[in-house]
Amino acid sequence: METVSLPHLPDYPLHICLFKDVNNAPFLRQQLLEGNTDFEYAFLDASILLSRNQVLAACFRAINDLLQDRLKSRNVHSEIVFSLSPNNNISESFRRFGVAETSRHILAVKVGGVQSQIEQHLKGSVEGNLVPLTDEQFAELRDESRLRKVYKIGATGNEAEAFVIGSMALKGS
Amino acid sequence: MAQPPPQQPLRTLPPPFNTSAESFELIAQGAESLLYRTTFLSPAQPAALKVRPQKTWRHPTLDKRLTRQRVLAEARVLVKLSGEGIVAGGGGRKVKDPKKKNDGGGDNGGVGALRGLVPAVLALDWERGWLVTEWIDGVTVKLGIYQRDLAADEGVLRGLLGRIGRVVGLLHLAGVVHGDLTTSNMMLRPTRTPGTNADAMARAEEERGEVEVEGGLEGDIVLIDFGLATQSVSDEDRAVDLYVLERAFGSTHPKEEGQFDEVLKAYGESMGKPGKVVLRRLEDVRMRGRKKSMLG
Ligand SMILES: Nc1ncnc2c1ncn2[C@@H]1O[C@H](COP(=O)(O)OP(=O)(O)OP(=O)(O)O)[C@@H](O)[C@H]1O
Ligand SMILES: [Mg+2]
Repeated sequence: METVSLPHLPDYPLHICLFKDVNNAPFLRQQLLEGNTDFEYAFLDASILLSRNQVLAACFRAINDLLQDRLKSRNVHSEIVFSLSPNNNISESFRRFGVAETSRHILAVKVGGVQSQIEQHLKGSVEGNLVPLTDEQFAELRDESRLRKVYKIGATGNEAEAFVIGSMALKGS
Repeated sequence: MAQPPPQQPLRTLPPPFNTSAESFELIAQGAESLLYRTTFLSPAQPAALKVRPQKTWRHPTLDKRLTRQRVLAEARVLVKLSGEGIVAGGGGRKVKDPKKKNDGGGDNGGVGALRGLVPAVLALDWERGWLVTEWIDGVTVKLGIYQRDLAADEGVLRGLLGRIGRVVGLLHLAGVVHGDLTTSNMMLRPTRTPGTNADAMARAEEERGEVEVEGGLEGDIVLIDFGLATQSVSDEDRAVDLYVLERAFGSTHPKEEGQFDEVLKAYGESMGKPGKVVLRRLEDVRMRGRKKSMLG
């Protein structure tokens, strides 16, 4: 697990785990659907992620919108999922970027909380292999064609990052 | 030259920056905005924060609307340009058929050549009036020319002017006019091949705070300050864009003014056929400019 402190948001540390080859995505999804309060995480489908910076930019936007009292969804965790989307359709963003029954690789983000407890809980709940949060890993795990379709781009390398992050930042304008 | 503006108290920064423990170095203070060097997604990633503070003398509702428009206009154009050559046809954000952009067959390095030549947008808040973009290393073209090595071959200056013309041509081909082309709104970014020794050394120097400005004018031209940019393909708008640059260049760099043709030549080459029309139009725009200044 990695704990990331975004430069301007020191009070909102991000605890992030990237899991590869997850076996129990349906269970995780079920916890979210039931509103199980032990599972207050942003569970993202990692196959649709481009880069580490993209994830951090989504977290920044969600926390800033929380601080500005203008969340579009239930809480900061669902807002992180929504923040990844280039458009304003909330339920579509959950379908695209959130954990699905068929998700194989999952990124879990928790805003705030005690690192050791979160790590223990995630490792105990997600059946998968923890891998480092690097662009190389994202490149390995992603589904190129889905990524292209969702962001309407023709390339999925480094060269797409600026456009993807920019589109996320402009959403709702 | 004006004195550097005094450091603004941090509480004038909009949230969440007003409670941040990071450093904010005031780089420039314009009529409408403050530009800070700070960090963003990681402490190791420098970023440019452009803040448009409230104008207390304006009606609050109007002020909010204008700020919002300015921040969004700049961000939208930057994002559009960062998608040059990678946005799939028929996408959500309208981008014209890439093939059509090359209609003049200009010598411009192809669609997408502009993508890395504008700062990437990292975040913005149009309600609060701020925009964070990638930090561009180097100096403004203005400073680069001021500090150039006068003993160096004039070809170096001509090379720089050519790169300026080419990048403006690429911008216009991408369907954008800048609206405020000056040599302060262009950066001269040292060309670095990541992973090389030179790159590692330059980075180490930077970390020690030894950012060096040499007499050389090598590097990529990166366009900044898109606060007045608009999406347009009209010859008139393009010609006015060039005219603004020509006038600004002449007054900022009187010694170099005679070589401005180099910019226009490269512009024409990079634009291809449509560039010729714009350059002809530029003559009309100059004429009107002269008449206007004669009338006072
Ligand atoms: N992304 C960047 N990276 C490095 N330096 C920058 C960046 N953006 C701006 N600067 C520096 O800050 C100065 C002012 O920025 P900019 O031109 O965007 O603001 P401005 O002229 O005050 O804006 P506006 O005209 O929209 O009110 C530039 O001349 C340049 O020196
Ligand atoms: Mg400027």
